[in-house]
Amino acid sequence: MLKIENFDAYYGQSQALRDFSITVSPGEVLCLLGRNGAGKTTALKAIMGIVPPKRGRISLGGTDLTGLPANRIPKAGLGYVPQGRRLFSELTVRENLEIGLMTRKSGPAALERALSYFPALRERFSQRSGTLSGGEQTMLAMARALCIEPSVLMLDEPTEGLMPSMISTIRDVVIRLRDEGVGVLLVEQRIDAVLPVASRIAFMDHGEIKAEMEIDAVRADPSILKTYLGVGH
Amino acid sequence: MALGPYLFLATLEGLVQAAVLCITAAGLSLVFGVMRVVNVAHGEFVMLGAVIAWFAASLVTGHPAIGFAVALVISPVIVGAIAFASERLILKRLDYNPEATIVATIGLLYILQQTVLIVYGPDARPVDPPFYYTIRFPWFGYSSYKLFVIAAAIVIMGAIWFVLQKTKAGLIMRAAQFDRETAQAFGIPVDRVSAFVFAAGAGLAALAGVLVVPIQQAHYLMGADPLLLSFIVVIIGGLGSMSGTVVAAILIGLSDGILSVMFSPTLAKMVSTLLVALVLVFRPNGLFGKAAR
Repeated sequence: MLKIENFDAYYGQSQALRDFSITVSPGEVLCLLGRNGAGKTTALKAIMGIVPPKRGRISLGGTDLTGLPANRIPKAGLGYVPQGRRLFSELTVRENLEIGLMTRKSGPAALERALSYFPALRERFSQRSGTLSGGEQTMLAMARALCIEPSVLMLDEPTEGLMPSMISTIRDVVIRLRDEGVGVLLVEQRIDAVLPVASRIAFMDHGEIKAEMEIDAVRADPSILKTYLGVGH
Repeated sequence: MALGPYLFLATLEGLVQAAVLCITAAGLSLVFGVMRVVNVAHGEFVMLGAVIAWFAASLVTGHPAIGFAVALVISPVIVGAIAFASERLILKRLDYNPEATIVATIGLLYILQQTVLIVYGPDARPVDPPFYYTIRFPWFGYSSYKLFVIAAAIVIMGAIWFVLQKTKAGLIMRAAQFDRETAQAFGIPVDRVSAFVFAAGAGLAALAGVLVVPIQQAHYLMGADPLLLSFIVVIIGGLGSMSGTVVAAILIGLSDGILSVMFSPTLAKMVSTLLVALVLVFRPNGLFGKAAR
């Protein structure tokens, strides 16, 4: 279980996260929703240690990760697909995956497992990742994160700019991961991409969690979305 | 001498210049590529390499080749260690801030230069080449050591290519170069990679210093020219681009060598500087450079 308690994070003097607390259990998908600038991406960066929190605690599977440098966090089994995919665009598909494998010294079985989610990548192994299509880049970013065999995977707007067929592929992979017991923390703008996969939803605004509820509660009362996001569904 | 043989001689001199420049600029390019640090002290690492080579040649008795071989091994190691310590004590503490590190490396330049002045003195001192052999062309004889420098540069650049493209360490360095933040998210300790790269870049500069010292004497002010030319090469080739560095080093080395021999060294520097200006106007990222994240 990923447990974040009372994170405060800053960009310079500006506070970007306030008392941010969440838990992600194995086999559940927690969706973080909020308007642009609500602090969703900052929250993931703080969890990864890229924007080091000034206060708060983080643990994964009972192991305390508080205060560890950013490069030590993923070694505990926390996978991350950043916003905009952030592939190493000059490296080949194979090299990007090797970076993922190196994180926790995973073996060929981890690569095979990651590729089982995205078999189309096999044909692109020697291609420079910057030349892949948007959908292929998303697949590679997810496969790279899966190469570390994460117990929790964090996805920052993975469906951004993708065609509906690719969104459906990503959704299927998230469902499969959830069913295999991987915890997923999903940041999304698209409510329609979230509803079919989410177990719980947390609404963020101004760097704070404003509300957190089971997905059934949102399905039963879509006006909740208008309350927290200012949009209907 | 007729124009043809004269041009041939000038081309050989240019290739020697290009060879040394390739190694020096590769170090600078590596450091900038991975750390985004403009290392103004890079030329002093060349000077340190040359001065250590002089000490090695003076202290090791017997055939000059023995002292030279010792220098080839110990110079990059000692200079790399100095650079490693500088990185940990200065650059890391400045969080690799681009402006602050420029000022800091200027300070490092003067510290190294003045330390060498105190310890080694103001004199330019020669180092014997490891072997004396003149290759006889139909028009003139040419130092085989200079051809050895060209061959050594090819081997060293090949080794750099192999490390960067075919090894795990190279993959880590390239990942850190393209995107430091994402590299951290995949367990890469970019701070330690930076320290290693800074040491490796300085080690390459020292290697260039050892190779060049039998051609030009060791002197505490000899770092200025390699620094200027390396910056020219790295800017033309594209900051952080190793292939661009090689192409630009050959271009600048040849033009500098040929123009220096056939006209004047001043004209050669003017042409190099003009090339930089043109590249900055028409291709601000250099011939092979890309904007980094």
